[in-house]
Amino acid sequence: MQLEFLLEQVVNGLVLGGYYLLIALGLSLIFSVGGIVNLAHGAFYALGAYVCVELTKRLGFGASVVISPFAVALLGILFERFILRRFYTADPILSLLVTFGLAMVAEQAIRMIWGAAPVSTEIPQSFRGSVIVGDFLFSRYRLLILAVVAAILLGIWLLLQKTSFGRVVRAGIQRPDMVAALGIRLQPYMTAIVMLGVGMAALGGAFFAPITTVHPAMGAEIMTVAFVVVVIGGLGSFWGVVIAALLVGVVRGIAIHFEPAAGEASIYILMFLVLLVRPRGLLGERIEKFE
Amino acid sequence: MIRTSRRTLLRTGAAFAGASALGFPSIARAQAEKIRIGHLTPLTGFLGVIGSYAQLGVKLAAEEINASGGVLGKQIDLLSEDSINPATAATKAQRMLEQDGAVVLLGEISSASSLTIMQVAERNKKVFFSTGARSDALRGKNCNKYSFHCDIPNTVMVNAVGTALSQKGMVKGKKFFTLTADYIFGHDLLKAAKSFFGAHEANLIGDELIATDVTDFSPYLLKVRQAKPDVVCCNLAGNQVTNLVKQYAEFGFPYPLVGFNLNTGDAWAAGAGNLSGTWPTVWYHTLNNPASQAFVAAFTRKYGKPPENHAWIEYVTLKLLAEAINTTKSTDSNELIAYFEKQAQFDIGKARKAYFRSWDHQLVQEAYPFTVKPKDQMKDQWDMLVLGDVVPAANDPLETIYPTKEQNPCGMKA
Repeated sequence: MQLEFLLEQVVNGLVLGGYYLLIALGLSLIFSVGGIVNLAHGAFYALGAYVCVELTKRLGFGASVVISPFAVALLGILFERFILRRFYTADPILSLLVTFGLAMVAEQAIRMIWGAAPVSTEIPQSFRGSVIVGDFLFSRYRLLILAVVAAILLGIWLLLQKTSFGRVVRAGIQRPDMVAALGIRLQPYMTAIVMLGVGMAALGGAFFAPITTVHPAMGAEIMTVAFVVVVIGGLGSFWGVVIAALLVGVVRGIAIHFEPAAGEASIYILMFLVLLVRPRGLLGERIEKFE
Repeated sequence: MIRTSRRTLLRTGAAFAGASALGFPSIARAQAEKIRIGHLTPLTGFLGVIGSYAQLGVKLAAEEINASGGVLGKQIDLLSEDSINPATAATKAQRMLEQDGAVVLLGEISSASSLTIMQVAERNKKVFFSTGARSDALRGKNCNKYSFHCDIPNTVMVNAVGTALSQKGMVKGKKFFTLTADYIFGHDLLKAAKSFFGAHEANLIGDELIATDVTDFSPYLLKVRQAKPDVVCCNLAGNQVTNLVKQYAEFGFPYPLVGFNLNTGDAWAAGAGNLSGTWPTVWYHTLNNPASQAFVAAFTRKYGKPPENHAWIEYVTLKLLAEAINTTKSTDSNELIAYFEKQAQFDIGKARKAYFRSWDHQLVQEAYPFTVKPKDQMKDQWDMLVLGDVVPAANDPLETIYPTKEQNPCGMKA
């Protein structure tokens, strides 16, 4: 019985890890390609949630959860074109400052538009409740999230590995100077990566809006976990981030099973241990421009 | 290209992410010849949502007092800031008294921060009204002469809900599973809950201590299901409550969810379709009382939404403080304390008047259990709750639901 309960936590941790992945993968991609630690990433997550809540009032949840990430991704174009683009070759501390500032501006803007009090929305009736598969209990709604994350993950992997777009992006991560020498401008690729990254974060926000508190500071709240995942996974590695996200979800679940009060601390201990053994993260590649 | 090592960059990134959690104060300073009052409340973090209501309430009270001539002929200058965490709260409280010339302090929701401000108040010999903190220990073993407690303590919340649950046959012989906020408030509430369960023959079959920054409750919900309780009881605080309520509705467990702590702000944040069960409250904006309704009307006119219970308690606290200063014609700590210890009565917009109990400085007042309105009966998004019968009942003395001297001894030094 005890083992079954533990396994249930492991499986639930995998589901949660899938959700973390939505936020961490974009953060990792933007850093890998552009060399920018996007501290404003959480703001797009929050915007995704707020836009979804707002649209739900008119269009229902199903349409909103699809439209919201696309709307935020469009905002991502402006973000890349007018802000990030100026900092790709600048001292990284400048892009840290500017995205940090932007995160605060976004949080205050949300507070001014929607107020400091949280806004609420709910899951459609058909996705409420839980299902029991084998010996394990799943929330119906989280299974839906997991399915969408898996589809997106597959899509991004194919995009990066099997298309010419992906080849340029991967080359750009390792040798942007070489890509430039071949006469390829990385900027349009960067726009696409930023759109993809912030769109995924917004999708995470939209998906979590009905089951968590939608409040102005929710972006800052999610950033810590996203950072932990990226650091554990290692930069530049698609699978590193995937494994790290799942690992973080599972380790948290196991910790809560045995020692509930240590649940939140466990992921930092995990990060510490991983960095001790592998300073580049689990599958981090050596990227010359960051060494 | 400028080279920066990956680790340096990530370290700096993490430091920024951490710094963003600290927040920034909203400072409202002003001029001389005014009576300055220091106000601290959490505007960020897991209590930030209800703290922002608290700030609106106290600001409205200050404006109304100033518009009607101020206190002792002087305007009130309210210095209101984000208390952030217990250590910062104490630092800011000390600064407000020492450098900004505040004559009295009020505010706070977190019991942990309230405790540190109480210590600052005692050291500086200035009065502090702890408006929203509910831990019994603040009135008991941590009490001091300079601190007054306005919100209902944990024991009262447990009694208010427990009585309502008992009447529905949901206590005696039932298996309870509790989820508890892992800081002084939660520990204290769990203690009060345990003594209630013990006295009413209920069994506590499981408890989980949950960190205040947890947003995903799924691992805890799995443990609840594994324990198969009769009733799940929420002893959480702030955003924790909202997150739990939403995710409890998501998983759709058959065990009823009740709780010994809920603020209307958290209920509104959870949304109409998610909340169920029986909970306690100190005040709700539909309360049928002329003074309460006048406050609701003024607040709604100014802010475009109805007040939450923390807005109300801050509002009545500043009002009763102004009344005390005008009556004693002084802002001197000892004179104010002597006045309150005479158990002066105040109209706080409830059927019975309230007073600070002399031996523990607890504001003795009515409380209410509430249940949730069916969604199709709500007039608007704020009209979510149905207040139950007042506790204690109209013919029982007010103090019957408060902890006794024996239960929660307070040894106040003179």
